[in-house]
Amino acid sequence: MSDLNTLTIAEARDKLRAGEITSVELTEACLAATEAASTLNAVVHHTPDLAREQAKAADARIAAGDAPAMCGIPLGIKDLFCTKGVASQAASAILNGFKPEYESTVTSQLFDAGAVMIGKLNMDEFAMGSSNETSTYGNVINPWRRGNDATDLTPGGSSGGSASAVAADLCLAATGTDTGGSIRQPAAFVGITGLKPTYGRCSRWGIVAFASSLDQAGPMTKSVRDAAIMLQAMAGHDPKDSTSAEFPLPDFEAAITGDIRGKTIGIPKEYRMDGMPDEIEALWAQGREMLADAGAKLVDISLPHTKYALPAYYVIAPAEASSNLARYDGVRYGHRAKLSQGDGITAMYEKTRAEGFGDEVKRRVMIGTYVLSAGFYDAYYNRARRVRALIKKDFEDVFEQGVDAILTPATPSAAFPLGQEFDDPVQMYLNDVFTVTVNLAGLPGIAVPTGVDGQGLPLGLQLIGKPWEEGDLLNIAHSLEDRAGFVAKPPKWW
Amino acid sequence: MSIDKETARKVAKLARIKVEEDALDALAGEFNAILGFVEQLNEVDVGGVEPMTSVTPMRLKRREDVVTDGDQQDKVLSNAPDAREGFFAVPKVVE
Repeated sequence: MSDLNTLTIAEARDKLRAGEITSVELTEACLAATEAASTLNAVVHHTPDLAREQAKAADARIAAGDAPAMCGIPLGIKDLFCTKGVASQAASAILNGFKPEYESTVTSQLFDAGAVMIGKLNMDEFAMGSSNETSTYGNVINPWRRGNDATDLTPGGSSGGSASAVAADLCLAATGTDTGGSIRQPAAFVGITGLKPTYGRCSRWGIVAFASSLDQAGPMTKSVRDAAIMLQAMAGHDPKDSTSAEFPLPDFEAAITGDIRGKTIGIPKEYRMDGMPDEIEALWAQGREMLADAGAKLVDISLPHTKYALPAYYVIAPAEASSNLARYDGVRYGHRAKLSQGDGITAMYEKTRAEGFGDEVKRRVMIGTYVLSAGFYDAYYNRARRVRALIKKDFEDVFEQGVDAILTPATPSAAFPLGQEFDDPVQMYLNDVFTVTVNLAGLPGIAVPTGVDGQGLPLGLQLIGKPWEEGDLLNIAHSLEDRAGFVAKPPKWW
Repeated sequence: MSIDKETARKVAKLARIKVEEDALDALAGEFNAILGFVEQLNEVDVGGVEPMTSVTPMRLKRREDVVTDGDQQDKVLSNAPDAREGFFAVPKVVE
């Protein structure tokens, strides 16, 4: 059977269990697709030997009747996840040569469930970026193009390698992480589903930290059902992450009933931005119609502090990053600068960090250092945390009024050409305008592909759910997916 | 609030990132662009609002103060740029 790499997780699971295909066949199809897609630069550390070994073991488990849903499913893993014995660099030169002696909790749970890793995926350095242009491995290219125009487009970021790999069928799904939109924005740019779970749903242990109060891992998949299946294997309490929640996990796939009659969907007026392209406006209107058609009730809501989410984020995230990234000092792992005669330890730190960090990472570490420094801590950092409390309260107020989920655009545009926004950090930050509120409030959010623009590029809508209600959110997202009927695939040119 | 070259130099020093003298002006310019963007936060009335620490109201868990792990010196040192005789090696710290 050909094209096994194009299957969804749910399709592959059913075929594996029915004995129609083996994980070895499925894995070989993904490895071959990956080999042929080096142009996209999505996979940066290939692990074919490990993948074949895991696939064989998965086939044995399936044959023995012991097959969790993820058993035998080939995945790509974002380079931010520590994987034992496999290079894990967060796409940074400062972690050159780093091979962890341990496995992150999320990948460990996925492998325990029988999942197969085809390799590590490209990303923005330390997950700081919205276009995958800050990686030490070079840019990732979006498999989508504007019709016959061969201009290379960004897959978004920071999980750009994950987005590109899943859209190009190099693997059935991938892990991503989302600090300000890093799962949802790239998912929307390549026409796949990306779920950021509630903060605390997935353990952060073993994931290279960017901004610890905002970071959350989640699945990037070809369908909403796949997101539910994969989340089930990734989520759960972990004693090694003191912020991971101890709530029992519901059955996320079972929550997808196809019935959303009577659900209340909020439409926030503050997400109607000046200068928003007509196509995004039209897509949002279509999304409202689709959910109304499925029996949901639409209500206009207000989230008055939305405008202040990005500025608050660009104080809080760099502040946390400056603290988290202090550990890269050239002592315990990764790069150490060559020193000159007489250089002391401070010179070692300064040279190592100057050589190892890229420009955007340096910028954010220094901004974070500044807003936390004596005299400015209250004016910037504490003020941003107060605004964050107000942003969270905005959401609590509408949920209290009976809103079950909120529908917004996922991104302010379709994928743009590589290089277009790279020289203006603030312009780049605006990519996350619709997604960043969700991280600040700790809520679950999902991007669902719902249409294409005039040039044939995918566009997505975002649904935001109540804390811990990923099941309900996935069910509503499934109704949207079902009615949107998005089936477009990028024509293979790579 | 505007950041000058001296402030940029000081911030780079605090962050332990070496920045060449001729790059400091441009760096100060970038800081000003970003801080200009976050100035909007001053429009918000935050009176009586506590700074948020955690999105989920929670108390950090405590555990028994006992040894749970250890005896992994080789693993701990395996990624070090310079490890000698069971230690991380660094340039001279005390003059």
